[in-house]
Amino acid sequence: MSPLSRREFVAAGVAAGAGLVIGFYLPHGKSSSNKDYFSPNAYLRITPDNKVTIVVARSEMGQGVRTALPMILAEELEADWKQIEIEQAGASTYYGDQTTGGSASVRTTWDPMRKAGAVAREMLISAAALTWGVSRSGCAAENGSVKHAPSNRRLSYGELVAKAATLPIPADAALKQSKDYKIVGQRLPRLDSPAKVKGEAVFGIDFRLPGMKHAVLSRCPTIGGKLTSFDDKETKKISGVSYVGKTSDSAVVVVADSVWGAIEGRRVLNVTWDDGPNKDLNTAALMASLKQAASKKGVSLYSAGDPAKAAGKRISAEYELPFMVHAPMEPGNCTAHYRGSSCELWAPTQVPQDCRDSVAQAIGLDPDQVKVNVTLMGGGFGRRLEHDYAVEAALVSKAINGPVKVLWTREDDMRFSTYRPASLHQLSAVVDGTGFPSALTHRIISPSIAGQKGQPLQGGVDPDLPDEAGPVYPVPNYSVEYVMAETPVPLGWMRSVYALQAAFALESFIDEIALAAGKDPLQYRLHLLAKDQDLQYFTTTWHTARMRGVLQLAAEKAGWNKPLPAGRYRGIACFGCFASYMAEVVEISMEKDQPRVHRVVAVVDCGQVINPGILEQQIQGGIVYGLSNALRAKITIEKGRVVQGNFDDYSPVRMDETPVVEVYAVPSTESPSGIGEPSIPPLAPALCNAIYAATRKRIRALPILS
Amino acid sequence: MAEITLRVNGTEKKVSVSPETPLLWVLRDTLELTGTKFGCGAGLCGACTVHADGAPIRSCSTPVSQVSGKNITTIEGLGANGLHVLQQAWIAEEVPQCGYCQTGQIMSAAALLAKTPNPTDEQITQAMNGNLCRCGTYERIRKAIHRAAGNGGVR
Repeated sequence: MSPLSRREFVAAGVAAGAGLVIGFYLPHGKSSSNKDYFSPNAYLRITPDNKVTIVVARSEMGQGVRTALPMILAEELEADWKQIEIEQAGASTYYGDQTTGGSASVRTTWDPMRKAGAVAREMLISAAALTWGVSRSGCAAENGSVKHAPSNRRLSYGELVAKAATLPIPADAALKQSKDYKIVGQRLPRLDSPAKVKGEAVFGIDFRLPGMKHAVLSRCPTIGGKLTSFDDKETKKISGVSYVGKTSDSAVVVVADSVWGAIEGRRVLNVTWDDGPNKDLNTAALMASLKQAASKKGVSLYSAGDPAKAAGKRISAEYELPFMVHAPMEPGNCTAHYRGSSCELWAPTQVPQDCRDSVAQAIGLDPDQVKVNVTLMGGGFGRRLEHDYAVEAALVSKAINGPVKVLWTREDDMRFSTYRPASLHQLSAVVDGTGFPSALTHRIISPSIAGQKGQPLQGGVDPDLPDEAGPVYPVPNYSVEYVMAETPVPLGWMRSVYALQAAFALESFIDEIALAAGKDPLQYRLHLLAKDQDLQYFTTTWHTARMRGVLQLAAEKAGWNKPLPAGRYRGIACFGCFASYMAEVVEISMEKDQPRVHRVVAVVDCGQVINPGILEQQIQGGIVYGLSNALRAKITIEKGRVVQGNFDDYSPVRMDETPVVEVYAVPSTESPSGIGEPSIPPLAPALCNAIYAATRKRIRALPILS
Repeated sequence: MAEITLRVNGTEKKVSVSPETPLLWVLRDTLELTGTKFGCGAGLCGACTVHADGAPIRSCSTPVSQVSGKNITTIEGLGANGLHVLQQAWIAEEVPQCGYCQTGQIMSAAALLAKTPNPTDEQITQAMNGNLCRCGTYERIRKAIHRAAGNGGVR
């Protein structure tokens, strides 16, 4: 964005997501005086050759932002989609919070990207009217040009650049009606697919600089432990090893000419660790500490009526979930080039600005002396909401005074990650004579990711919970309570964050009380949602009608009321998170006491769909991710160390276990809501509900195959 | 250190590396062919899949000395004369999300189709089960292989 002059910014609003406040801004100001291009705001640049460059200020980790976000702007611009090129923004001051997480990229850029396109469109129309000396009202923008129908004249956007660049930028411009959309809502092919299938796409791990060294770090394997000493005699014998040194209280780096040299050097490095206070920590003790914390009073997340006053039969159950790890296919890495008074990074990151600020602090520079370029990411799933890899790379580059790439091996990624917190859920219902609940309580006992990281908690509430643990059913006496537990295990945001845990507990429990009442699990849910009602949960208003809508469509598409072939069983679940509604029907058979998932019908109501193809990808992928979580994902701790190290002992779903996933979106013109994560939470409870249907065994602890 | 001669994508390359260096790092670091990916370093995820004399191998766990003299094909060589039919099918079926594992997936699929031009679902599963994808693109991969095999992506 270097050609852009300094601009004023106006905060257009905020939305919450991924534990971080994600603001959005529409940069505006005076148009650039440079006549070589037209750039009415920081999202857009049009050049005389008709090239329309749209800046993507979120990170691409597979979720399709490099296609979906440009589509939003291009729609309002009335651009020719074939002329669109994208530019990836690095850490910037132009775009507000660039954090990519919380299924928030579309929902937080929907307004600014539309406005950015609409303002440009109106200016191009004005430029054409002025050029022709005609009234604006006779001019219209379409497909990358402005036409004047009365005189049958047309000028391409490229031809209008010089004139448009001299015009004042309007404060606002009318937005299109959804019925007139030509790009938004279309199944346009992703722009990044060709490079990805050719092996030409440059992920963080592929980026290289001339003379760049490679580094791996030896980190203290015990949580909270420290480095005592190291002996690099053998390491220095490895060909190409050029530097060995301490990078922090708990890590030593090995730098070499090649990745393999660094890995070999680390293998023979002799390090003595001080295991520290957690040397006897294990999973059993961690889970026991959750149970202990359960006796504490929590804070209220949601409250209606007074569950304590409800009378009737009480049904209670406890659910438990383990620590999990993201395990994106591309392990952590970052390239850094420290140059004394500046440092440049090439980071596969979901948080470029956080990388910039953390690196600046770590190496003693000002944030504006640190440039962060954002590369493609081989998956993120929340792991790259951390900045550890960037800080390491900068520290090492400073230590060796030259360009370096720090790489994490798979074992590093498994053992030194930040983990989805283990949690305990206490559910209790008071049911009336018909078996429906007059009271429902859900106590979430979990360590807090934000709390552990020292981020502010408003009223003791972890800032992610407002997006991820809302009520589903309008039970008259209803309480959702959060009890913050403590853990020394490093915590991080993993795809769908707390929603997976909350939905597993709630939607398993709803099945339990439905079956206890002798009711069909679908009909029971629909009955609970029968009345149109709004449930206000922090800043989100959940509508029973929309939840009912996704359940009904899922049931219809899955043929819920039709008999299944012998040996097939079904389960259903629904949940709302990241402002989207989701229902799933899972169809299984049991083979040797293990579930085999054959088919998942997934229905989402996420408001306006930007690109149905990308939506399908996200939901299909989320369900496979959710299935991995449900079946086997479990990180355990022994002697203060993470046990799992690679894809043999932390084993995600492969092709043989992958079901057919059918995806349906409820047609909607509501503002778009999240799509990257909402498909995950209903999967585990729907699957466990199916397993109950097959076996009459209730699974109250994940993973299923533990 | 040893001088090793490799034949990569039809071109002879001399590299000077220790003989136990995994082929993956020779491809990526020495020859700068970064389409082949590092995922696990232990032959568990398939992201590093290349062909040695047409057979799929895990380059992360194959010492470079073992493939000296063999014909190595990487993703960069697969579509050397335009896009391979599988690459076209991958685009048509909109397979990639993050895309990181997809080059390894395509190399595994190419080895399958070379031996079994019209594979059954079971044969596809068997050939592809060693390739992990955390984005969960497996069903689209299956469809793309069927499409490339000439039956329009039908299971």
